[in-house]
Amino acid sequence: MIRARIALPLFLLAASVPVHAGVLPDDRADLLYHRYDGGGVTIDGPSLLVRKKFAEKYGVTANYYVDMVSSASIDVVTTASPYKEERTQGSVAFDMLNGKSQYSLSFTNSEESDYTANSLSFDVSQDIFGDLTTVSFGFSRGWDEVRRRGDDEFAESVDRRTYRIGVSQILTPSLMMGLSYELVTDEGFLNNPYRSVRYLDPGSPAGYAYQPEIYPNTRTSNAASVRARYFLPYRAALSGEYRYFADTWGIGAHTAEVTYTHPWTERWIFEVGLRFYTQDAADFYSDLFPYADSQNFLARDKELSTFSNQMLSVGATYELSLDWKFLQRSTLSFFYDRMQFTYDDFRDITSGGAPGTESLYEFDANVFRFFFSGWF
Amino acid sequence: MKTAARFLCILALLAAAGCSSVEPWVKPYERQNFADPIMALDRDPVSSAYINHVFEAREGARGAVGSHGGGCGCN
Repeated sequence: MIRARIALPLFLLAASVPVHAGVLPDDRADLLYHRYDGGGVTIDGPSLLVRKKFAEKYGVTANYYVDMVSSASIDVVTTASPYKEERTQGSVAFDMLNGKSQYSLSFTNSEESDYTANSLSFDVSQDIFGDLTTVSFGFSRGWDEVRRRGDDEFAESVDRRTYRIGVSQILTPSLMMGLSYELVTDEGFLNNPYRSVRYLDPGSPAGYAYQPEIYPNTRTSNAASVRARYFLPYRAALSGEYRYFADTWGIGAHTAEVTYTHPWTERWIFEVGLRFYTQDAADFYSDLFPYADSQNFLARDKELSTFSNQMLSVGATYELSLDWKFLQRSTLSFFYDRMQFTYDDFRDITSGGAPGTESLYEFDANVFRFFFSGWF
Repeated sequence: MKTAARFLCILALLAAAGCSSVEPWVKPYERQNFADPIMALDRDPVSSAYINHVFEAREGARGAVGSHGGGCGCN
């Protein structure tokens, strides 16, 4: 199972979170190759996004996305066998413009051998204030089916609801700001049916043993963010973003990001960015429980531990001069991200030592994005 | 949950109503900087959606990423 959370919602790819609601985005197609390589996991695949508007009032967006996973992560090598998996996702969105209001309806389906996720989203945005302000809000409903390989009897479900609201505001001729708030509730089978927790077991040769993890069957999270983008006097852009997150599992997280965008000649746009993320562990997380069934809920998922990561991004976009009749313009882009993860309470049990004294886990990841964009 | 949805709708309506009587202070002819592609909050949606999918798969936090996306949880 490579999915454990909500499917990549198309409203985030479509035209439903615009700076201005009064204009639909240009007709455009993007073909992207992505690759993630880190912590024993390699994931790559394509993503194709096409959007087309009709009569300047209606728009259609479609996306096809594939994750091809080859996993020998620390979780997998310590409690299971390396595996290969594929996830495919298809999405379609319809946008309608009515004066200064925009309405978007989207549907997303994600499929893999042991997980199916469907979600439906509705979003509204409205320009007000002489188009200086755009207010948007939306709602998503998701239905997931969780299965387990080799166990035909196993079938669980997850029900998801998301509420979001956002405001973007032009503050000066060079500065815009945005505020977002999102509430997500999940209900159902939220843990991974393959993952285990470990507990001290003096009777076992290693000194510890495993049992299946147990999560609560509800989770509600709140996230609020503020972002700003500033046009520098020599034609470059500086942006910053901060997000605060808290949920009913006890996780609290901070994310901060800064990006600098610099055009060079008429053909190049360069970008460099730094991102910092830190979180506290879920209340029911432990790297090593004192004994079996020591509490109602048990987790040893490193994504629920106390950890931080830093990311450095560099990217470039080049304006092509293709003489194709149906293309107005086209670009090639390449982005590289280097991520470093450092865990405070998740141990690398392959490093050896007495239970609970093993080295703390850390890993680096390389992320590549290479894509062609064409406007028609 | 219904209360939260109502609260969000009321907040959006209040924001819209409260702002309607205030004069815009940045005139349309002063907004050329925002038409520059480098000022787009989300210049390449297919790319930003992917990188946020990477974050959401490996971090506990989710949501409120504005023009960004989220996604699968890969072990």
